[in-house]
Amino acid sequence: MSAFAAVIVRDVTLAFRAGGGALQAVSFFALTIVLFALAVGPDLSLMSDIASPVLWAGALLATMISLEQIYRPDREDGSLDALVECGDSLVFIALAKALAHWISTGLLLVAAAPLLALLLNLEGSALAPLVISLLIGTVGLSLIGAFAGALAAALPRAGVLIAVIVSPLYAPILIFGSGAASAGAAGDPQYGANLMLLAASSLFAAIISPLASAAALRFNLD
Amino acid sequence: MVSSDRWRWERAPVWSAAMSDASAFAVSLSARDLAVARGGRIIVENVSLDLKPGDAIVLKGANGAGKTTLLRALAGLLPPAAGEITLSDEDARVFCGTLNASKAALSVDENLQFWTALYDAPSGAAVSARSALGLDAFAARPAGQLSTGYARRLGLARLLIANRPLWFVDEPIAGLDAGSVKTFEAILNQHREKGGGVIVATHEAIDIPNARMMEISH
Repeated sequence: MSAFAAVIVRDVTLAFRAGGGALQAVSFFALTIVLFALAVGPDLSLMSDIASPVLWAGALLATMISLEQIYRPDREDGSLDALVECGDSLVFIALAKALAHWISTGLLLVAAAPLLALLLNLEGSALAPLVISLLIGTVGLSLIGAFAGALAAALPRAGVLIAVIVSPLYAPILIFGSGAASAGAAGDPQYGANLMLLAASSLFAAIISPLASAAALRFNLD
Repeated sequence: MVSSDRWRWERAPVWSAAMSDASAFAVSLSARDLAVARGGRIIVENVSLDLKPGDAIVLKGANGAGKTTLLRALAGLLPPAAGEITLSDEDARVFCGTLNASKAALSVDENLQFWTALYDAPSGAAVSARSALGLDAFAARPAGQLSTGYARRLGLARLLIANRPLWFVDEPIAGLDAGSVKTFEAILNQHREKGGGVIVATHEAIDIPNARMMEISH
């Protein structure tokens, strides 16, 4: 097994073990949506109108709370040194870390979304655009989030700092993602354009985030 | 608990066999007028040293003298603030700090297997390192449940798995009992006989034959 694959397998395993972050994020997502549904009350048509944006914002917030766990444990237990000195480039290791985060967080959020969509009275035809946009967008959320996690790896209790760092960087993904989900639900031709811009954002993050994360990690080694 | 004599050096045939057919190392490192900073402040300066195949250097110095900082710089984890480090192979170094780099939620074997993949070691490396360090009885135990001494042995296993010529070890025997210290000393000797170089930073009495002492002062 290559170092790249080993990092993914280890991080995903850890996320599902006791104390791992996988279920935390998806529980937070569910909680946000349930509370939102309770707050809106019995107005079903209002609920189905705002369901896609609410689910998108909920998924984004749930991703945000899990970002601190990407690099801080590795920095604290000394694993980061081993990751840096292994034969593979740190850029690829950073990509592996971000992908592992997506598998253990993003994918679970995408899987939970249809269930929570029922709660918000989302129409059946709107389900596919929502899931597709989340599937593409959460990759970008994990990649950008991993970079913020790398920047704050040496700081204890950096949750709020990480949220402040990622919020502006998440804005395009939220706008295009939520836009695609809503446009798709309404049968709007803007759906395709939004989806492509969303994919472009995720791809851009896939190139920049590993490079930036590697630089941030090296800076955090002392 | 396993008594210390159950895992003496002589009783680790798997490891010995793995060592005998390993190729010899021949990487030297030299540092010239090295200065290393931490958090923007110069911690150690004017350090020059040569580490040739088979050499061992023991770094001594008071708390805060900069032993760890120097060791991390030599291991390539911190960029030097001044001076230079030259060696023929950038990937020849492995650093083992005071932290054990193991994951509490993973078993001993899972941790060893991860390092095997990470350092691109042959698949048998995990098992031979495990028996060399007397961790066989704890293979399936979560690393978080190991005692301090056994957790340290697990941390030291990285050195064996990575199987690289130059070792940089920070306080290797802190928390180890007398028998484990002997085993670790034997492991260091074996590594040097193969042509490996070792730099150890420690406050404790460690018996490394013909090691050069280096006093670091702030």
